[in-house]
Amino acid sequence: MSDTWIILGATSTIARVMARQLAEQGAHLVLAGRDMGDLERSASDCSARGAASAQAVAFDARDPESFEGALALAETAEGAVNVAVFVGSMPPQEDMDADPGLIAGVVTDSFTGPAAFLTRIAPLMEARGKGCVVGVGSVAGDRGRLGNYIYGAAKAGFHTYLSGLRNRLGRSGVHVVTVKPGTVDTAMTWGMEALPFLAPPEKVAGDILRAVEKKKNVLYTPFIWWPVMTVIKSIPEGVFKKLKI
Amino acid sequence: MRWKTDTYTGWGRVHGATGALARPERASALEALIAEEPAPAIGMRRSYGDACLAQDRRAVDMTRLDRVLEFDGETGALHVEAGARIGDLLAVFAPRGWLPPVMPGTGFATVGGGIAMDVHGKNHHHAGSFGQHVTEITLMTGAGPRVITPEADAALFKATVGGLGQTGPILSARFGLLKAKGDVMVVTERRVKDWEQFLTLLDGSDATYSVGWIDATARGPALGRGILEEGETGGGLIKPAKRSRKVPFDAPGFALAPPIVRAFNQAYWRRVPEAGRTSVKRIDDFFFPLDKIHDWNRLYGRQGFHQFQCVVPLDQADALRNMLVHIANSGFASPLAVLKRMGPGRGGFLSFPMEGYTLAVDFRNRPGAVKLINLLEGMTEQARGRLYLAKDALATTGRIRAMYPDHGAWLAEVLAIDPEGHFATDLTRRLKLRETT
Repeated sequence: MSDTWIILGATSTIARVMARQLAEQGAHLVLAGRDMGDLERSASDCSARGAASAQAVAFDARDPESFEGALALAETAEGAVNVAVFVGSMPPQEDMDADPGLIAGVVTDSFTGPAAFLTRIAPLMEARGKGCVVGVGSVAGDRGRLGNYIYGAAKAGFHTYLSGLRNRLGRSGVHVVTVKPGTVDTAMTWGMEALPFLAPPEKVAGDILRAVEKKKNVLYTPFIWWPVMTVIKSIPEGVFKKLKI
Repeated sequence: MRWKTDTYTGWGRVHGATGALARPERASALEALIAEEPAPAIGMRRSYGDACLAQDRRAVDMTRLDRVLEFDGETGALHVEAGARIGDLLAVFAPRGWLPPVMPGTGFATVGGGIAMDVHGKNHHHAGSFGQHVTEITLMTGAGPRVITPEADAALFKATVGGLGQTGPILSARFGLLKAKGDVMVVTERRVKDWEQFLTLLDGSDATYSVGWIDATARGPALGRGILEEGETGGGLIKPAKRSRKVPFDAPGFALAPPIVRAFNQAYWRRVPEAGRTSVKRIDDFFFPLDKIHDWNRLYGRQGFHQFQCVVPLDQADALRNMLVHIANSGFASPLAVLKRMGPGRGGFLSFPMEGYTLAVDFRNRPGAVKLINLLEGMTEQARGRLYLAKDALATTGRIRAMYPDHGAWLAEVLAIDPEGHFATDLTRRLKLRETT
């Protein structure tokens, strides 16, 4: 019996690559997101590449009513149910500085929306006593930086939520992986200037699936971001507040 | 952000460009882009010359639009996005007994590129060109996707197949995969002692897949010697692929000095026993032998290289032999040289194939080699042959016009769909392909 993977934000670059890798392993896939046309195309791709099943379902982090479709599919799925969260949004910091009204949306997309979904599905996963949650955060959540601290704050909130969820779900055999990717070569980063350690999405997706297998708690991918962020986190606030990194 | 300024090159690394690139991941993103800021589509940049370049202009990298949209396991009918790589399709479908109908020498080529160049493969004599297998193309136009078929849109279809991308970006295409016996190849290699024997063997071969490696440095009685490879698909078990390797730096100039190439070719030829041999190979090793070495184009050094590829009619085999004499005497040839008999199959107005013999030889880029290629191009024209635009970096407008008599029909369609020249590339500008006179 194949596992089921519910992928929230399945139109994102890394999610698409990971869905393809899961399809090749014969998983059941539920691709959730807003662009149904694009999700249908990805679902076809996954079916052709060996997924036990693949279907597109509407999901909007800002609309809790839209959670029902994916939740209903989880109810009927046989075997382990896994959830991977790729949703999030990152408008330029300047735009949010100019229009603080944007902040709530960023926090909903990157933190409270997915947290609400995970909290809804948690009892089902606990009842099954297996499966895992992959929560994609960001290295930006490790420290508030001048360049994008609102997005970073939302991701930091999500990291803390995931940590608590791990604490809760671990007791019933469900594992939670917090993923902190660095800069990845995606549609979101295309055209941004001078990105350090830019990683291909295939590598990041592969790292995530390996972390699931090994039941890692927190994954920095590519690995170079672990020492980098360890250094950045250790800089005293008095010094850090004067830096522009 | 939609655009990113980058510097990139054709596979031969002689021509390069700096320009703005977009890389849409969704059909809707491509649609918006073509409606607002139309630009030519490029794929994995495996064209050797400047067909995939747009200096100081915009271009659309299609490689992230690479999904399988539909596959019918009964008939083999496939619908894929244009950025899908042909080698990727082989890897996905060969284990289930289906092969892309035509595969060029590299699996990195995309479906869109395969259509735009109307590529051929080792089965051209039986199966025709790639474009001949395509039953439907979805073009992205300023007004949204437009589906064209060979029946309903005959002229536009023939201007798109082999059409160098000038009718606009291809979003997706439908074609049938071919049923194969299995996902391994049974390959027979024969040592060929000279030119005459090569032609006799090529003319007599009825193998599904065939290709000749030719020692372009052999002279005198050994002129035209080489190895004929014939392949059939089969079932069986075989070791998994070794990891691919990468060429980490540009090779120094002396790596391809004539004595080294001659010695290499001698050893390569003798590798096959005199009596020939039959062996079982991995399917991708047979079709894409060089793909295991990533960035092998760096072996030619920083100046890059040219691939000369022509086809001449069957009755012009002597002209081809003369070209080989010039090449062998020059000492410029690299070990990469291919001779093959082509069938008549071609799908578009500007498609390369014609019934005859095709010769492809790589040369490191230097003045002597460029002069030699000019000479070979003239000999091709005289022999009523044709140069391959996917490889070309040096030809002139007049010569290409003479070789492609259907240019006018192609241009009429191109000007109708893209009158402002948004989809022009460095190749179409260099060869003035979009000008009427």
